[in-house]
Amino acid sequence: MANVQKQMEKQLTGLEGFDLISNGGLPKGRTTLLAGTAGSAKTLFAVQFLIAGIVKFQQPGVFVTFEESPEDIRRNVLSFGWDIAAWERQGQWAFVDASPYPVEDVVVVGNFDFGALMARIEHAVNSVGASRVAMDSLGAIFSQFEDVAKVRRELFRITSGMRKLGVTALMTAERTQEYGDIARYGVEEFVADNVIILRNALEEEKRRRTVEILKFRGTQHQKGQFSFTVRPDDGITIIPLSAIELKQKSSDIRTTSGNGELDAMCGGGFFRDSIVLVSGATGTGKTLMTTEFMAGGVRNNERSLLFAYEESREQLFRNANGWGVDFDAMEQDGRMRVVCAYPETASLEDHLLHMKSVIAEFQPNRVAIDSLSALERIATNKTFREFVIGLTSYIKHQEVAALFTSTTPSLMGGQSVTDTHISTLTDSIILLRYVEMFGEMRRGLTVLKMRGSMHDKDIREFTIDHSGMHIGKPFRNIIGILSGNLLHVPPADMDRIESLFQQGA
Amino acid sequence: MNEYVFKLFITGQTARSEVAVANLRQLCARHLNGQCRVTIIDVLEQPEEAESNRVLATPMLVKVHPPPVQRIIGDLSDLEKVRANLGLSW
Repeated sequence: MANVQKQMEKQLTGLEGFDLISNGGLPKGRTTLLAGTAGSAKTLFAVQFLIAGIVKFQQPGVFVTFEESPEDIRRNVLSFGWDIAAWERQGQWAFVDASPYPVEDVVVVGNFDFGALMARIEHAVNSVGASRVAMDSLGAIFSQFEDVAKVRRELFRITSGMRKLGVTALMTAERTQEYGDIARYGVEEFVADNVIILRNALEEEKRRRTVEILKFRGTQHQKGQFSFTVRPDDGITIIPLSAIELKQKSSDIRTTSGNGELDAMCGGGFFRDSIVLVSGATGTGKTLMTTEFMAGGVRNNERSLLFAYEESREQLFRNANGWGVDFDAMEQDGRMRVVCAYPETASLEDHLLHMKSVIAEFQPNRVAIDSLSALERIATNKTFREFVIGLTSYIKHQEVAALFTSTTPSLMGGQSVTDTHISTLTDSIILLRYVEMFGEMRRGLTVLKMRGSMHDKDIREFTIDHSGMHIGKPFRNIIGILSGNLLHVPPADMDRIESLFQQGA
Repeated sequence: MNEYVFKLFITGQTARSEVAVANLRQLCARHLNGQCRVTIIDVLEQPEEAESNRVLATPMLVKVHPPPVQRIIGDLSDLEKVRANLGLSW
């Protein structure tokens, strides 16, 4: 016989991001355990699993609640704009209320089983024609009964019963710590085939929500933890960073940097779908380069989008005016948009989602972020790295030209965290540096790297005036600009060194 | 009126259901002088009843009258314990 082993069929959940990291959804017709600590958004995940089924696939669902009353659940999710009661009236959602009786203690005398619960679930599934079932949360049912082993056995029968019904089910369970046993009460023993873990870990004083598919028996999924965010308007969104494939196209069409002299240094401009990193200390002219990049796009009838995380609109517009660029007129014209936000107003995950939605809506030809490093301070190193990877791969997929700025921590030389994370992801790097010369601060610029193109290797001096940036001659008699350890070399020595190289060659 | 009103929820005509029914009859005959009104509800036939009474495990005995309402889960195999829990202490 040939290979008859078949991959387990999957059910697309309709949850954004999850279908990507799970390679197509939950194992169809099976029960998956969803484990997480208190506050890890288990109930919300379970609720959204049913809602996505109703809204996106016309698949009705049954919600079995062991903990909160149906009334509490209806009320809690109303704030997300989800009206469960309406779906109940339309026969697309049914509750099975297995929450504890409010006052009485449960007395157990003799043998019992969960046949009644199974009968109720079956009745609910049949009455709405459900193909999805969510059960939340198992801890509450264990706390009602003393005999944990008995409850475990009975729940095992419930999961087998659901398999017979052919429903795709999600069962939530509590964990006591972020890294440790899968769940309390040994729940995993009876739903061991498929396990998802939600985490809400505290890392460097910052909360980071992640989802990890621990195992799916007989089918593939992405490994590792993926960040997700809970937003007030649409609930959980999973951000699949490393699930993104490297399949962006690459073009050799050039587009202007907004500055003719810089275009010349880059061998005729930036590539149309490349990412350029501009790195420099504060005040070296990064915002100016961003401004010229935007203005150059608008001049060529391109749609230009600017995300600014350091300055307010007023400051940006005033500065641009000082360099002869009228952002106001460009925005009114419709070809430019400026989005200003203070980094601390949202989590990095939320910023990323917001940026993606603005990019998707505005459909720009070029995007600038000033500065990317301002976003460093609101997240851990790890989260920031994932953010940068997610952002760059998204932008590359859009096939737009992008310019990111990064502020180096020291005035002379140096490298920022942003530089470390992004330098290999970018196609070009431009360094802006202060150059101290005889009691005067001058500015220097060099194109450090440009993939797929010849470029000027000089470190050139540039000046800034009311009409923008002007790139001039290379610094000839100074060495050590990039490292910040400047050394002035007298012209005579310079000549001698150069002739030495010529002789050697 | 000293009549006791019970509801007994069972799931199907299983051996366990029969044990519970027999035990309840014994309780009524021996300890309550037959002053009992018992309704047996099969969850498989009346799932709505199970839903509105939030029955999770069966067999489950509900003492409806006299108040307070009490619930006992299990096949009632220990009548002494059932009596103690229902406050029938004679």
